[in-house]
Amino acid sequence: MSLIEITEVRKSFGSNEVLKGITLNVEPGEVIAIIGKSGSGKSTLLRCINGLEVIDDGAISVAGAQFLPDELHLKALRLKVGMIFQQFNLFPHLTAGGNVMLSQKVVRKTPKAEAEAMARKMLERVGLAHKFDAYPDELSGGQQQRVAIARALAMQPIALLCDEITSALDPELVAEVLAVVRELAAEGMTLLMVTHEMKFARDVCSRVVFMHEGRVHEIGSPEQFFSNPRTPELKQFLGML
Amino acid sequence: MIQFTTWDILRNLLYATRWTILLSLVSFIGGGLLGMVLLYLRTGRRRAARIFVKYYVELFQGTPLLMQLFLAFFGLGLFGIDVPAWLAAGTALILWSAAFLTEIWRGCVESVVKGQWEASASLGMGYAQQMRHVILPQALRVAVPPTVGFSVQVVKGTALTSIIGFVELSKAGTAITNATFEPFTVYGFVALIYFALCWPLSKSSQMLERKLNVAHRNH
Repeated sequence: MSLIEITEVRKSFGSNEVLKGITLNVEPGEVIAIIGKSGSGKSTLLRCINGLEVIDDGAISVAGAQFLPDELHLKALRLKVGMIFQQFNLFPHLTAGGNVMLSQKVVRKTPKAEAEAMARKMLERVGLAHKFDAYPDELSGGQQQRVAIARALAMQPIALLCDEITSALDPELVAEVLAVVRELAAEGMTLLMVTHEMKFARDVCSRVVFMHEGRVHEIGSPEQFFSNPRTPELKQFLGML
Repeated sequence: MIQFTTWDILRNLLYATRWTILLSLVSFIGGGLLGMVLLYLRTGRRRAARIFVKYYVELFQGTPLLMQLFLAFFGLGLFGIDVPAWLAAGTALILWSAAFLTEIWRGCVESVVKGQWEASASLGMGYAQQMRHVILPQALRVAVPPTVGFSVQVVKGTALTSIIGFVELSKAGTAITNATFEPFTVYGFVALIYFALCWPLSKSSQMLERKLNVAHRNH
């Protein structure tokens, strides 16, 4: 059984159908890059997996648990799947450590000392142990995004969804965030990432998905995908036409 | 004819000021508590509750406070309920303050960017947890200056309760004028006392605004 099973998922915003029947299975430990033009539905797909958008039709299950849009099921789902956003979305009124500790304390009811130990460990993992007491506005974009990753990891998810996590960063800061993601992948974390970093997708991912007009247009291993694209749309997207 | 010294006038006005202060505090605190409840309903998930609060706010913002006082005082009287002036004044002012505070705070809650809701939701927090730990702490910083500013409106609003016979500063002023025939002196003092109450409030609102640096701390 796959870790994440997405079956015939459809989603419309008003009369605009953004996802037109997506089927995708993700195995444990897989790193999947989703690429495609803006408006092709990639971000919407990720947001559906995390329940930030409610699907109109089809099914999503994570680790065997069916997705249902009520608060209890949503919460259970979100404890399994962490999400990292393009705009970091750190809580500006809390320190880096506070950001990482908050949901442990509030959602998991972890005692403070334990939550703090976990927060220090996770910040260490993203190379920011020394920034425990820094507020988000004292950190660079790359550092903020790494704190966001630590925050998601502290909830010990079985998979992480990354929604264009380097798109809001200055070019020189992209590498430090990707290095963290690369490490996570090496440790066996299941990752589903919407990205524009083609080189990263080629180096790190086990499969690449090309979305086009609300459908999975092409899917394959990075070697085959990038060096031998089958469809003209993908060729065009990769600048090969 | 009895002669009143300036001190007599001032002393009696200051006595009545107690009631203005007390009524202001009751209205502001009561309105704040009720406003909190209404805010939760207004920004919450239940559609019926959102609509109810929306119309509640519109009703109280769309009618003069004076009418609300009349309705509270005479309206309940029609049903044979004898409402003392202080109760009618307190009730009307609490309901009125709650409406305005709800609306002020709703704006503050909505000024918190959507990503904060999404990030906290994706970490598994429920609505109450999101509000308590993520949204309100940020909204509060924005809310303090306008809330303190609104307290000035409450203090001035209490003056209207003199019409239904609640003896606070304005009503005392009228009574003293009727006895002394010195309206300019008496109302001059009344105005000065109101100013002494309100000015520190609006000044502190301005100071808080600068201190919390609202415009520049939201990234």
